[in-house]
Amino acid sequence: MSFSESLSLALQNIWGSKMRSFLTMLGIIIGIAAVMVIVGLGNGMENYMTDMFKTIGTNICEVTLTGRDTSRTASVEDMYEVLRDNARYFDNMSPTVSMRGSIKVGTEELDYTNATGVAETYFEIKSYEIAEGRALHYMDMEARSRVCVIGSYVANEYYGGHAVGETIRINGAEFTIVGVMAQEDDEPARGMTDDVVYLPYSTAARLSGLGSVSSYSFTVIDEDNVSIAKTALENSLYDIFRSEDAYMVISMTQLLSVMTDMLNVVITILAVIAGISLVVGGVGIMNIMLVSVTERTREIGIRKALGAKESSIMVQFVIEAAVTACIGGIFGIIAGFGFSSLGTVIITNILGFDMEVTPSAGSIVLAVGASAAIGVAFGFLPARKAALLNPIDALRYE
Amino acid sequence: MTPLIEFRDLCKTYVMGDTIVRAADHISFSVNEGEFVAIVGKSGSGKSTCMNIIGCLDVPTSGEYLLDGRNVGAMSKNELSEIRNAKLGFIFQQYNLLPKLDLLDNVAVPLLYAGKGKRERRATAQKMLERVGLGDKLHNRPNQLSGGQQQRVSIARALSNSPSVILADEPTGALDSRTGREVLEMLQALHKEGNTVVLITHDNSIAATAQRIIRLEDGRVTFDGPASDPKAGVEKAGAMA
Ligand SMILES: Nc1ncnc2c1ncn2[C@@H]1O[C@H](COP(=O)(O)OP(=O)(O)OP(=O)(O)O)[C@@H](O)[C@H]1O
Ligand SMILES: [Mg+2]
Repeated sequence: MSFSESLSLALQNIWGSKMRSFLTMLGIIIGIAAVMVIVGLGNGMENYMTDMFKTIGTNICEVTLTGRDTSRTASVEDMYEVLRDNARYFDNMSPTVSMRGSIKVGTEELDYTNATGVAETYFEIKSYEIAEGRALHYMDMEARSRVCVIGSYVANEYYGGHAVGETIRINGAEFTIVGVMAQEDDEPARGMTDDVVYLPYSTAARLSGLGSVSSYSFTVIDEDNVSIAKTALENSLYDIFRSEDAYMVISMTQLLSVMTDMLNVVITILAVIAGISLVVGGVGIMNIMLVSVTERTREIGIRKALGAKESSIMVQFVIEAAVTACIGGIFGIIAGFGFSSLGTVIITNILGFDMEVTPSAGSIVLAVGASAAIGVAFGFLPARKAALLNPIDALRYE
Repeated sequence: MTPLIEFRDLCKTYVMGDTIVRAADHISFSVNEGEFVAIVGKSGSGKSTCMNIIGCLDVPTSGEYLLDGRNVGAMSKNELSEIRNAKLGFIFQQYNLLPKLDLLDNVAVPLLYAGKGKRERRATAQKMLERVGLGDKLHNRPNQLSGGQQQRVSIARALSNSPSVILADEPTGALDSRTGREVLEMLQALHKEGNTVVLITHDNSIAATAQRIIRLEDGRVTFDGPASDPKAGVEKAGAMA
């Protein structure tokens, strides 16, 4: 008897008792759908995080000078020196000074807008485009000018799109807007990338009463070798401060990979737990197959009398179990996609995250493979029982 | 000519606790190709035991069973399956059709295990069903048929893989006398076409259909000879001769 004939026989038997077959499959369906949704959720979260980090820039190493455990200091000039020393790894650098004060347009307070002091190179580092007016210049740094570039969100919300030449108050000081950035986000929102003000770092440092600048953004040349570049940078900083506690270098790529690693561990654990329901599904199949062997004892006896070998009977039952599991697997995949879409709708509309539950092709292949394997594994015992039945007893069975 | 079926001093014993049941007790006989033999005997005389051994469903405890000159006792389970498929056609008292398959598929089961292709199986099965007069019911299920018709399906199935021996175990046991007679006539017709038929029954009048009688008592052969011999103990039903 050929494989395709065993297959069609199995399909006939499954189709012959639809309700029972469906209930038998249910464990597999739920297990596979659960694994798919969990893995999809993990993928969605990872994509979401990657996108977030991309907006920050995965090619950036952030340096924070804490000044702890050292009497040495580093000026902006020293840091430019560090950049030159590491020109093999880094192609750009900008000091960054976060402003923690009020930003006002007229009398209106902009509570969510971020104001940051940066160098003229910052726009290059972030590859921000200027839509109108000009970017910050080296001269602005030197002169500590009270000029700034604003994000498109601020320009549109508070200046009706025509902001160049207007003024904005930062910590009480009046700044002239010299440029407006091109829109960065697809949907600019409060507090996001387009809701920003950039002013010269020198001006910002003076305004916030800081003696020196303590944050710097370096851009790496080769994104694939961020960790080597990071080590080189750390070595240079150590040469300056002679203490490892005096500075902190954070690479966004590294941070991202640490976070995705952690996420993957959590998702894997959850998927394994969901996978246990697959085993339960397999036991369900085994149970029904055992019942089915008992019910079909006489049929088995007849088939044996008519010339079926043990192997034919065995194959028939194993294939039936495997096909049941595989059909369950297919329904499970359909259900998995359904629940994933539902999950996406719930997350985006109710929780307000822009996240998509995306089941991976790998998880689907794994799920189908697992269900077939479960079918074969759990079908084996009942099939063996059927194959070893004594034909005389089986023929007499009522 | 080597006999088709040969029992040589064959024994089959069952051990039940500390009693030993000799279901077949030193049985020797042989059946040649083309014979129509009835194995008769009272209940418990060992008919089913013989039938299981002839049918290669069971193997003897001692002695030899040669089918077509080959010793069945020495065969593996797989070989027994192959022999059943190729050499034997079973007709059971309870018909033993597969309820979920239509008649065509039922008759084709032995061909399936013989490895025949679908087209050939269907063609042969249809021919067999037509031969037993059920050519118009190819796609019916067994439960849509009368007992006599079901037994005809099982005859068609027994014939489908052109076996060397047709083995009928109480084939009329579940039928009324008229349909039973039809089935017996069919067996006689098969015999006339040259088939070897072994009929197992406890009923002397049914055994009288056969050419030759082997009578069993307590696992032993007490008579082996032509049905016409008065010592065979089977009364001839005139019309059936
Ligand atoms: N599996 C078995 N285990 C133990 N004893 C058995 C077994 N099968 C048959 N016997 C015994 O062997 C003897 C012969 O049995 P067998 O079934 O061959 O008789 P039979 O002639 O077919 O009877 P019947 O006409 O009632 O079917 C009986 O005494 C029976 O009890
Ligand atoms: Mg019997």
